[in-house]
Amino acid sequence: MLRIRRFEEKSAELYSLGKIRGFLHLYIGEEAVAAGALPAFTAEDAVVATYREHGHALVRGTPMGPLMAELYGKANGCARGRGGSMHFFDASRRFYGGLAIVGGGLPIAVGLALAQKLSTPSPSLDEGERQGRVTACFFGDGAVAEGEFHESLNLAALWKLPVLFLCENNFYAMGTALARHQSQTDIAFKAHAYAVPSAVVDGMDVLAVGEATRQAVNSVRQGSGPYLLEYRTYRFRAHSMYDAELYRTKEEVAKWKQRDPITTFETRLRELGWLTDADLQEMEDTIAAEIEDAVAFAEAGPWEPVEDLEKDVYTRT
Amino acid sequence: MTKITYREAVRAGLREALQSDPRVLLMGEDIGRYGGTYACSKGLLEEFGPERIRDTPLSENTFVGAGIGAALGGMKPIVEVMTVNFSLLALDQIVNNAATIRHMSGGQFNIPLVVRMATGAGRQVAAQHSHSFEGWYAHIPGIKVLTPATVTDAKGMLLSALKEPDPVFIFEHAYLYPMEGELDEQAFPVDISKAAVRRPGRDVSIITFGGSLWKALEAADRLATEGIDAEVIDLRVLRPLDAATILTSVRKTHRAVVVDEAWRTGSFAAEISAQIMEGAFYDLDGPVARVCSAEVPIPYPKHLEDAALPQPDTIVRAVRELLAR
Repeated sequence: MLRIRRFEEKSAELYSLGKIRGFLHLYIGEEAVAAGALPAFTAEDAVVATYREHGHALVRGTPMGPLMAELYGKANGCARGRGGSMHFFDASRRFYGGLAIVGGGLPIAVGLALAQKLSTPSPSLDEGERQGRVTACFFGDGAVAEGEFHESLNLAALWKLPVLFLCENNFYAMGTALARHQSQTDIAFKAHAYAVPSAVVDGMDVLAVGEATRQAVNSVRQGSGPYLLEYRTYRFRAHSMYDAELYRTKEEVAKWKQRDPITTFETRLRELGWLTDADLQEMEDTIAAEIEDAVAFAEAGPWEPVEDLEKDVYTRT
Repeated sequence: MTKITYREAVRAGLREALQSDPRVLLMGEDIGRYGGTYACSKGLLEEFGPERIRDTPLSENTFVGAGIGAALGGMKPIVEVMTVNFSLLALDQIVNNAATIRHMSGGQFNIPLVVRMATGAGRQVAAQHSHSFEGWYAHIPGIKVLTPATVTDAKGMLLSALKEPDPVFIFEHAYLYPMEGELDEQAFPVDISKAAVRRPGRDVSIITFGGSLWKALEAADRLATEGIDAEVIDLRVLRPLDAATILTSVRKTHRAVVVDEAWRTGSFAAEISAQIMEGAFYDLDGPVARVCSAEVPIPYPKHLEDAALPQPDTIVRAVRELLAR
């Protein structure tokens, strides 16, 4: 969680310096979701994320250097700099984006799950794992208004596909509050219409996220079909760097900040005697060094040659 | 050579694809128990089972997106969208994902997806089942657009498309399904990078594709009786376009008529016309002519539908005007 927070704080700083351009959608406040949920998945599972995916890529294991370089648009970025903040990709970690059309990742996750169900499993897996490869699909509360959400839940349930629909409900579709765009604001409840089991999770509590996700993943791995988790969380920063935040009050943000997933978890660990000032300092130092290296990696990265502009539109050119 | 209908040719292609590669699966509306709207997939459910022949809900965007996901996951999905008009519901997945992910991911992911659909008018099914949008799709880099007009291409293009590592969209003119033709197995695998000269000639190049090919050939036969020797080019592939074949023909005949069943304004015919201007302007003896559909949603009554579409008569007239005969 701390690693995501510090990476993004640095990204915001680099944005103000003009090193990073385009849209930069920060995850600050929502770290408990990625940090709690993703460890429940194995390297053989697939992950589909949205445009607010820095945290997912970091927890999935993509090194910070290629991620920072991607923000810079450099050729040593995780997508050769072609995607930027909204389009992280990492084939080696089965990380399928970084997709920035709201709701657009859900059908793709359904298809990945179909392939997982049908394809010949990797011989390196033991019998138990062979049965149980799954797809994790992150999306926000805004996506629930899209037809693709409903179509995807229906199809996944109909075909009993191993996909986890992981809704990061931060209560705002860009600047439109959930109650302003949904007649039924209980997202987990909607899943029942498609016979998809679901649960609501406190998305500000990393342990609650971890526990609920592990349970859901286990159920999906057994072949029972899809599952939907609604993580109730909150974004502390604006939607993007262009957002003046006219749609919510400072008081509301301040209230949620009291439930900051990092500080509350820190307090809990201290109370249990599992975390000391020295431990924390050590973590901060390690992360600071990692970020420094990542920035250096990005700064030193080459620009993709203009001659390669039309490369990779098709596999064969 | 065997005589076979276009529909049977598509089905033969689908069957061969399913037999030759266990990763191939079919998905689409009514392709299983119903047997396919145009009966292209009839019998395949019984032969290959419901795991590989999947009836989908009426959720075009999601089942095309699921095709993209399945392709990303290592399968070779062939997705059938009943009619080109319905494919508009899947435009998000086609344009924003199928066409972009390879480039946007820096070449890490490719999408070996094949999407088939019926296109075109002439069956009196009115404005929501009759349009020709393949030219729109040909606008998009990252996908390939095929328009098989013969039975050999109907089967062969499908099999060649399955060998492509990138998304391929195949537009089958609905009017062609009952058409009989000679299947040329010698032509396999068919080349999906080139246009074909279907009738050589020296006086004018008639450039067309899909269902209009047969109208253009009929027009050429009639023109021959008047002493006009027309060359007929079947584009076959709208993207990436084989401009060389078009330009070679125009440089020989010095005159071009483009026949396209889409509306004239913003049509693919406009693109062909522009490419001729860019590549062979000084070889032209007259302006490039276009025969396209009238600027109306396709009407239901037969006489109005016929009047809205390019016909052998209108093609003949356009050629005569161009030759000032």
